[in-house]
Formats: sequence, structure tokens, C-alpha cells
Amino acid sequence: MSILVVAEHDGAHARPGSSSALAVARDLAAHSGERVELLVIGRGLAFVAADAARFAPVIVADHPLLANPTADRYAHIIADVAKAREAGSIVANSTTFAKDILPRASAMLSAAMAGDVTGYSFANGKLLLRRPMYAGAAMATVALTGRPLVITVRASAFPAAEPLAEPGERIVWSVDASTLPNHSEYVGLESRPTLRPELTEARVVVSGGRPFRTGEEFEKYVGCLADALNGATGCTRALVDAGIAPNEWQVGQTGKVVAPQLYVALGISGAVQHLAGMKNSRVVVAVNTDPEAPMFSVATYGLVGDVRQIVPELIRELGK
Amino acid sequence: MKILVPTKRVPSTDEGVRIRPDGSGIEDVALAFIINPFDAIALEEALHIRERRGSGVEVTAVGIGNAAFESELRIALAMGADRAVRVDFDGALDPWSVAQVLGAIVRREKPDLVLMGKQAVDDDSNQAGQMLAGLLDWPQATFASKIEFVEPARLSIARETDRGLETVIVGLPAVVTTDLRLNEPRYASLPALMKAKKRPIETISHRDLGVLPEPKVRILHLEQVAVDRVCVRVADAAELVHRLRYEAKVI
Ligand SMILES: Cc1cc2nc3c(=O)[nH]c(=O)nc-3n(C[C@H](O)[C@H](O)[C@H](O)COP(=O)(O)OP(=O)(O)OC[C@H]3O[C@@H](n4cnc5c(N)ncnc54)[C@H](O)[C@@H]3O)c2cc1C
Ligand SMILES: Nc1ncnc2c1ncn2[C@@H]1O[C@H](COP(=O)(O)O)[C@@H](O)[C@H]1O
Repeated sequence: MSILVVAEHDGAHARPGSSSALAVARDLAAHSGERVELLVIGRGLAFVAADAARFAPVIVADHPLLANPTADRYAHIIADVAKAREAGSIVANSTTFAKDILPRASAMLSAAMAGDVTGYSFANGKLLLRRPMYAGAAMATVALTGRPLVITVRASAFPAAEPLAEPGERIVWSVDASTLPNHSEYVGLESRPTLRPELTEARVVVSGGRPFRTGEEFEKYVGCLADALNGATGCTRALVDAGIAPNEWQVGQTGKVVAPQLYVALGISGAVQHLAGMKNSRVVVAVNTDPEAPMFSVATYGLVGDVRQIVPELIRELGK
Repeated sequence: MKILVPTKRVPSTDEGVRIRPDGSGIEDVALAFIINPFDAIALEEALHIRERRGSGVEVTAVGIGNAAFESELRIALAMGADRAVRVDFDGALDPWSVAQVLGAIVRREKPDLVLMGKQAVDDDSNQAGQMLAGLLDWPQATFASKIEFVEPARLSIARETDRGLETVIVGLPAVVTTDLRLNEPRYASLPALMKAKKRPIETISHRDLGVLPEPKVRILHLEQVAVDRVCVRVADAAELVHRLRYEAKVI
């Protein structure tokens, strides 16, 4: 029996969040005695596979028809591999990649699934998982029926896995192209290039809310402070809706969940849906003209004032 | 063309939920309920499609739940759904069992498109649509922020992902799940709400559908999460930077 970790990658490296999924898998395996295997899917995976093998044995599904992460084909591969390797659990980092594909794979396997897991424990040998519900207002303890179990974990809630002393073996999965579904045609991905760290992986996140009325203004304040702190930029749904910031910067219940060392909220009221995405940050700073803004109730440090005045002052102080 | 819109009744997102002291569930007396916001967006999109196509599009809202669900299904009718169907069920559900029931409805109704929310904002699972597509072996396009017909039975969909906006084309029948930016759902007018009160809601028992919804995820316990940090109010930027450096040591 194995625990299969579906690793997300960018064509060269496994994404750091997958390492947390691996850490969880290793710990579960220590209880169950199962072996841990990584699964990478894509095209031209030699480099990714070598990188991933530093952490665990890797099953490599490499085929031109898998060049793009379409749910139909990737779920098909995951389900096939899970059956062949007798996977007792399938684990992945909770990103839109996994959220799109794993529920489909789990239905194909008639498997129980829990998403966004932030903790777990064993009661009489049975695995209990903890996951947030109601925009993070509640923490649920859940039990899953049957096997395999499909679990996505929040990378921010778990440590990253250490590499192995000796690289793991690489197992080539022979992809049978004739059985691959052909349900969707991938047209392309449009993303905003950035030199800043990835939002979910950054040590510091600076986020902006409604007071920023244009993309330029957002850059001038939120972007410049993020750069001064070597951080990533985030935003509220309000800015995504208004087309001021791209969707991939949204923090919250329906966006990304972050837990950096430092989260700076500039002109963000603190709606529960936003708090769901950042309240586990270690240190939270809120800057807001409204002293009653709910953001202050989750902040470590609060500064009442206008972001347009405070941000340049902060950048100056940081330079001292 | 038939469009099926699964709609879930969820607690209003305006107020926070309170958990019962014994952890058995949420305190639901005096709680306001709404159509799951993502499902309202799915319904709005289905109505758009009907409006753009003129005739020949039927939009059916489906809810799985007890009789209380009818109030949200009536709102769906008032917004413009042609039909509302309730699968009567009073037990616990999870995305798997929801997908099973929806699968049975699909076999019965034979829709060309299932348009549904990406996530129910109570359980926050984000699974039922993908599971339904997997069970039916249909194309899926999740987290849609734009839906366009490129041919009578092919959709181009912009998907909101962590890495940016992805575009895929899927043929019908398909399952599409909605993201917030897709549209702004209309309000049901008061006269429409009054009229919807008199419209029938088709009720089917899950037995008639031939499925017994059996959840694979059991919620054992719920706990209120309270993050109440004692916020230190600082006087100015200089004090803030000083504290971040020497007290919190994060910069
Ligand atoms: C189903 C659903 C899901 C959602 N998911 C998310 C999500 O994932 N993420 C998310 O963020 N939101 C989400 N939302 C939206 C959320 O409810 C709020 O509407 C949103 O977070 C508010 O954004 P905001 O704080 O930027 O704007 P507002 O609430 O308008 O707050 C602006 C704040 O800026 C302050 N301010 C104004 N001018 C200045 C100034 N010059 N200097 C300093 N402060 C100033 C104001 O006092 C106010 O507190 C969701 C909503 C729903 C219904
Ligand atoms: N009880 C239900 N009745 C109808 N539709 C539902 C029900 N539960 C979930 N759904 C649909 O499934 C979607 C995703 O839910 P979930 O996977 O639970 O986050 C929702 O947006 C609804 O469209």
C-alpha cells in the first residue's frame, strides 16, 4: 500500500507547497506503515522528476498529451496510478490545481475526500482530520469512510519536508494515450509576470483594499511597500472585482490562504471572507482610517491613518 | 437546450455563524438563509444564456434538502428559473452524496449543461461539481469567470486559477462551476417573489431517483474559531517599524 502525493510543478521544480503535502504523507505513513510515493504528471519532466526524487520515489507520467493540466486527463492518470499502486491515501497541496483535479479523481475512485486540511490526529487508530468551514469561523473534525482517502492540505499549516539522504527511484508510468479522455481543449494561461515572491510562499505579504482606485496607485503604495519588505502583494476581492488587481492576488475564503510571518493590511476593512485567508499569519499589521475597522480585531499592531500618508512614511522608516 | 442549476441553501454571509456549545452544529435559530452566492451567480449565467438565445432554453434549479429549502428555490423561480425541483432529503450530505444525487437527476433530466457554484460557503468544500463531472465522465470547467459559446455546443471558458486566467474549450454536455467575477446576480423583484409563491416546486424523493445519499465524510465536531489578538495601537510609522524590528522581529 502506498500514500501517493500528487506534486504540482512549474515544468522545472515541484512547487514548495507540495513539500508540505509530502511532510503530511510521511507522517501518515509512519502510522500506517505505507510507503510514500510522489506522482508528477506533465510533459518533458526529466528535470522535475530529478528534483522531486530528492524527496521520495517518483512515479513519472510524462506524455505530450499531458502538457497542460486538464482535469479530465490528470484525474484519469491519478485514478489509474492510485489503483495500480494500491494507494491508501492521495495527498496534495490545496491549490486551484488540486481543487480542480482531485475531487474528480476521488469520484472516479469512489473515494472520500477532505479538502483544506489544517491538522489531524488519530483516535483509536482512526484518522481524524481538521478542516475549516464557514469562511474559517468554524473548525470541523471529520472522519472519512472507506479507502482510498483523498486529502488536500493547506501548505501554510504544515512544515516543509526535508530531502532524503539518497534520492528515491524514478518509476516511469507508461501512459496509454488511447485511453486518455479528450474532454477539453486547453487554449492558454494569462498571468501577470511578477518578480515578487509567490503569494502563498512569501515571508511577508502586503495587501491592499478598496482605497486603491487604479492599478498604478496599487503599485505605488502596496507594491512599493511590498518591495521595501521583500514581500508579495495581495488584495481583497473588491480590487479583483474592480479589475484593479489580478485574481491570483486575492486573499480570502475564495482566494488564496496565506500565513506569512508578517501580513500588512492597507485599507482593508476585515470582512470574514478576507480574514479567512490571512488570520493565521504570525504578525498582522492593520492601517485603516476607521479605528473601528474589524481588521484591528485580528491585528497585532494597528495604525489609524490614511494609507496614502502612512505608506510613504513606512518606506522612509524602513530605509533608515 | 436544458440547463440545470444546483442551488444550495446556506446561512447568510452577512453575519458570522455561531457554533452550538456542544459542537454538534451551527446555532440556526434566527439565522437568515440565502441561495449560496456562487449558485446565484450560476443561475444568473443560465438566465443570461436563455436571454441571449431567445427561445429554446429551459433553466431548472435543483436543491437537495428538507422542506425549508423551498424558500430559496422560490427565490430562484422569482429570479427567472423556469422550474424548481427539490430532492427531499433530511439527512447529512457531503459533496460525494450531493454528486450522486445530482448524477441521478442528470440521468433523468438529461441537461446539456450543469452550471453550479464552485463552492458552498457553509462547508467550503469546492468538490461537488468536479465529482459530478467525474461520475458522469463529462467535461468540466471549474472557477469560471467568463463563459462564451464558440459553437452551438461548445463553450469557451475563462477559469480563475492560482497562476492566472486560464482558457479552455469544452463540448456539451459539461459541468461548469462559477467564480465570483462571472456576473452580478439580479435581485428577485417583489412582484416576482409574490408570483413565485404560487408556483409549484416539483418534489422527488431520493428513493424515486434510485439513490441513497451516503456521505463519506462525517463531521464529528465543530468548534468556533476566534482569533482575538490584543491589538497594540501604535502612534506612527516610526513606532510601527521599531516594533516590527525589535519586538516582533519580523523585519
Ligand atoms: C461568497 C463571498 C466570498 C468572498 N470572498 C472573498 C475573499 O476571498 N477575499 C476577500 O477579500 N473578500 C471576499 N469577499 C468580499 C468581502 O465580503 C468584502 O466585501 C471585501 O473583503 C471588502 O474589501 P475591502 O476591505 O477592500 O473593502 P471595504 O470593505 O470597502 O473596506 C475598505 C476599508 O478601507 C478603509 N479606508 C478607506 N480609505 C482609506 C484610506 N485612505 N486609508 C486607510 N484606510 C482607508 C475603510 O475604513 C475600510 O475599512 C467575499 C464575499 C462573498 C459574498
Ligand atoms: N444540498 C445541495 N443541493 C443542491 N446543490 C448543492 C447542494 N450541496 C452542494 N450543492 C452544489 O454543489 C456546489 C459545490 O458545493 P461544495 O462542494 O459542497 O462546496 C454548490 O455550489 C452547489 O451548486
